[in-house]
Amino acid sequence: MRNRINDFALKLANVNGTGSASANGLLMQAIFRMGIPVSGKNLFPSNIQGLPTWYEIRVNKNGYTARSLDYDLMVAMNSQTYARDIQEVREGGYLLYDSSWPLDPALLRADVHFLGVPFAQLCNDNFRDPRERILMKNIAYAGTLVAALQVDMEIVAALLEEKFAGKKKLSESNTRALRLGYDYARDHFDCPLPFYLEKMDANSDKILIDGNTAIALGCVYAGATVAAWYPITPSTSAMDAFKVFCEKYRKDPETGQNNYIIIQAEDELAAIGMVIGAAWNGARAFTSTAGPGISLMNELLGLAYYAEVPAVIIDVERVGPSTGMPTRTQQGDLLECAYASHGDTKHILLFPSSPAECFEFAPVAFDLAERFQTPVFLMSDLDIGMNDWVVPRLKWDDAYQPDRGRVLSLEEIENLPKFQRYTGEDENQVAPRTLPGVHPKASYFTRGSGHNRFGGYTEIPDEYQEVMDRLLKKHKAAAGFVPAPIVHRRPEATFGVLTLGGCDPAVREALDLLAELGAVGDFMRVRGFPFADSVESFLAEHEICFVIEQNRDAQLRSLLTLETNVPKDKLRSILVYGGFPLSARHVVNGVLEEFGLERKPVFVAASRPTGEVPMEE
Amino acid sequence: MPSIVKPVATHPSLQRNDLGLTIRDYEGTMSTLCAGCGHDSITAAITRAFWEVATPPHMLAKLSGIGCSSKTPAYFVNGAHGLNSAHGRMPPIATGANAANRELVYIGISGDGDSLSIGLGHMCHAIRRNVRMVYVIENNGVYGLTKGQFSASADVGSKSKRGDPNRMAPIDSVLLGLSIGATFIARSFSGDKEQLVPILKAAISHRGFALIDVISPCVTFNDHEGSTKSYLYTRQHDLKATETDFVPPASEILAQIGQNGAVNVSMHDGSMVRFKGVPPNYDPTNRGNVMDYLEEHQGKGEVVTGLLYLDESVPDMHEMNKTTGIALTKVPYQKLCPGAAALHRLQEDFR
Repeated sequence: MRNRINDFALKLANVNGTGSASANGLLMQAIFRMGIPVSGKNLFPSNIQGLPTWYEIRVNKNGYTARSLDYDLMVAMNSQTYARDIQEVREGGYLLYDSSWPLDPALLRADVHFLGVPFAQLCNDNFRDPRERILMKNIAYAGTLVAALQVDMEIVAALLEEKFAGKKKLSESNTRALRLGYDYARDHFDCPLPFYLEKMDANSDKILIDGNTAIALGCVYAGATVAAWYPITPSTSAMDAFKVFCEKYRKDPETGQNNYIIIQAEDELAAIGMVIGAAWNGARAFTSTAGPGISLMNELLGLAYYAEVPAVIIDVERVGPSTGMPTRTQQGDLLECAYASHGDTKHILLFPSSPAECFEFAPVAFDLAERFQTPVFLMSDLDIGMNDWVVPRLKWDDAYQPDRGRVLSLEEIENLPKFQRYTGEDENQVAPRTLPGVHPKASYFTRGSGHNRFGGYTEIPDEYQEVMDRLLKKHKAAAGFVPAPIVHRRPEATFGVLTLGGCDPAVREALDLLAELGAVGDFMRVRGFPFADSVESFLAEHEICFVIEQNRDAQLRSLLTLETNVPKDKLRSILVYGGFPLSARHVVNGVLEEFGLERKPVFVAASRPTGEVPMEE
Repeated sequence: MPSIVKPVATHPSLQRNDLGLTIRDYEGTMSTLCAGCGHDSITAAITRAFWEVATPPHMLAKLSGIGCSSKTPAYFVNGAHGLNSAHGRMPPIATGANAANRELVYIGISGDGDSLSIGLGHMCHAIRRNVRMVYVIENNGVYGLTKGQFSASADVGSKSKRGDPNRMAPIDSVLLGLSIGATFIARSFSGDKEQLVPILKAAISHRGFALIDVISPCVTFNDHEGSTKSYLYTRQHDLKATETDFVPPASEILAQIGQNGAVNVSMHDGSMVRFKGVPPNYDPTNRGNVMDYLEEHQGKGEVVTGLLYLDESVPDMHEMNKTTGIALTKVPYQKLCPGAAALHRLQEDFR
């Protein structure tokens, strides 16, 4: 059998609440430290203990780290899902199981290698505490994988040491459990397996970070001082991270006082209300939520839009409608956010594709919210927000100054004969605002009721329309300020592919694979709404454009047909919305099907570009 | 809310406050409420209170929700920013505004529909957070702008204009406030400016959330015979449990010469509230005691008014949060952004 180095995928099937997450994270981090491109996808239930949970690790020396559907190795630690898990192993692949109990022969597969390690037995023999026996099984299988995949043992030992610094007993038991699994594998199997790891140097300028942490850090760097939120999966860890960073960076070293405030609101209606109140007063304020929270915020989003008050809303999307699947990923809030609230409204949306862009776009969101005096949605999702991604080191330019938009200073107010809120608009249709507490001459009455350009109440059609028409022009002007689309063209391209957000790695990989199969396409990833002019021209350039997104109703496609002149029938949807991250195979098959070509049920995805040969016995 | 600009004409003999401003400087636009509306009397009391304590107009922020009551911030202190928000949502918006800038004085004007139905949860949580603000419920027991539906504060047996009696128990903001830890609770009557102005002044000095429920008869939909929120009913059943004097900080020494039976409470800003004419065994700083008194007298159909409960010992939202003493909006950006070097160091943790 030919060996495959740094190119495989494994899936770990566990029961949630048993401590598997830390073992899986340990493996992923160790591979990252070996300098190899890697991704980890946590496919977890909306539950605290007892339900099935999976973790997928994909290693790829060429940097293709979208979710793989071809598992070379299944670590089957959950008897509830065993029957399904074994079906997912690729032909010729491996399955690692706990051989403390005999395996049901009905579940065997002739084309899969079975590796049995008596994890429960080993742990029962070596640990006394019942809880410890369960927890250490995870570290024991990690040990087996260290041997089987040739994970650098020094790196693993160093990680354990860092993790349990100052906790001697824990450190000892973990090291012992790791060794149990490792030694058993070395004694009983040919290690390493035909696919294994070798150190590379692809990660020296990379970090391992999830999007929620990155977005929170971005909010700290953007100068946000007021955060209001209501706990909701999958955005909760964003506010948790914001708190941690604020405790680190926002405590006055002399007084011990806080240069921030985080308010856990009574609901999302209140959370957005607090953001609006704080922003009206001149603070950079934000909330973080998910689709159900946006549903509740709709009412006051209309107020912020109409009264022209900045607001930043982080939406970490999950599967809807209703409660949906809170721990699964989707891009199902596009239309909800684009037109949130009753009446005529349009909002600015930003679509980061990775934790790196989460960090980068956070200050952009605040700048745009204040520049355009309007709500801005920073649209992440569960895959970006809660999974660890390998991304380039985050960069910060110390020359950055927040764009506070048009806010009149005391001096400007004093020199003004009279302040009238919605007059004096600039080329972007933005009128200057004033903040409370500066000067009595600058006071005005902010209202969500009908108002004229002077800020006064009105029920007169022309006066009402004048303001509404300016708001529409203002929204359009924002198209030139949202992050520009990312475009990758190929000389021989015969079609276009347009996507957004976390679809990015899968779509890029798919386009590489399709090009090899003779189907060559151009790539565009939109990064903001309203759409830049280049989106319209990209659509115009191609006879057929695939729109790839993670929702049932083709919401991005709808948005494109509503907001550009593209003929509807030119746009072909590829939709994956079951709740797990997109894989290149979904995209390849979608495109092949459209062109009447044969679907490829399994392909050796990313190994191809460098001429790697498929595994053989 | 339509507004009509008032002519600015100031008589030279008008009295001036410590800032040299006359009461005209604390007025707003002309009211568009019905003639005789209780809310206009409350507006007059608010205007008077801010003038008397000499709040710089631009240092006041006025917030409201939706309803007749919520129109009124336009009718006082023109020099203050106002925010007329959405139905029931004023408390969170005020909370956020206060979070951003703790240096301003906040007044929220709400109604019984706004605060006791659609925004009940928000009000309760603003109370729990002890957000420093004056919170006025202009309580008329009825929805005015939608023409006469009962509100949640309507008493059992109170009759609508068409004669239908209300059968559901009322939500009483005073009892509710007591039960969830409100730190300043008052009830007054729009027709009693003498009582209301000192209460408002005390509320402005309060350390946290000051809840003032003001019975404010709706002359159009709820001032008829059989209503328990009418002028006549309120006058006939008004039981003044306490009378209060507000003593500003400068006069403190004088105020400490207590009167017989008076309870003096030192306010957080150095001023003092003196309760006088308090009934025997009534302690406005004792929650249980106040609760018992209210149960007894409200059970008899009496409308108990006055500054009923006061606790200056509870920290407000910012004190609980240990927020910096200045407005967060005044903290320079350089202090907020950790900078590139810190980011570089931090990322060693992400390896």
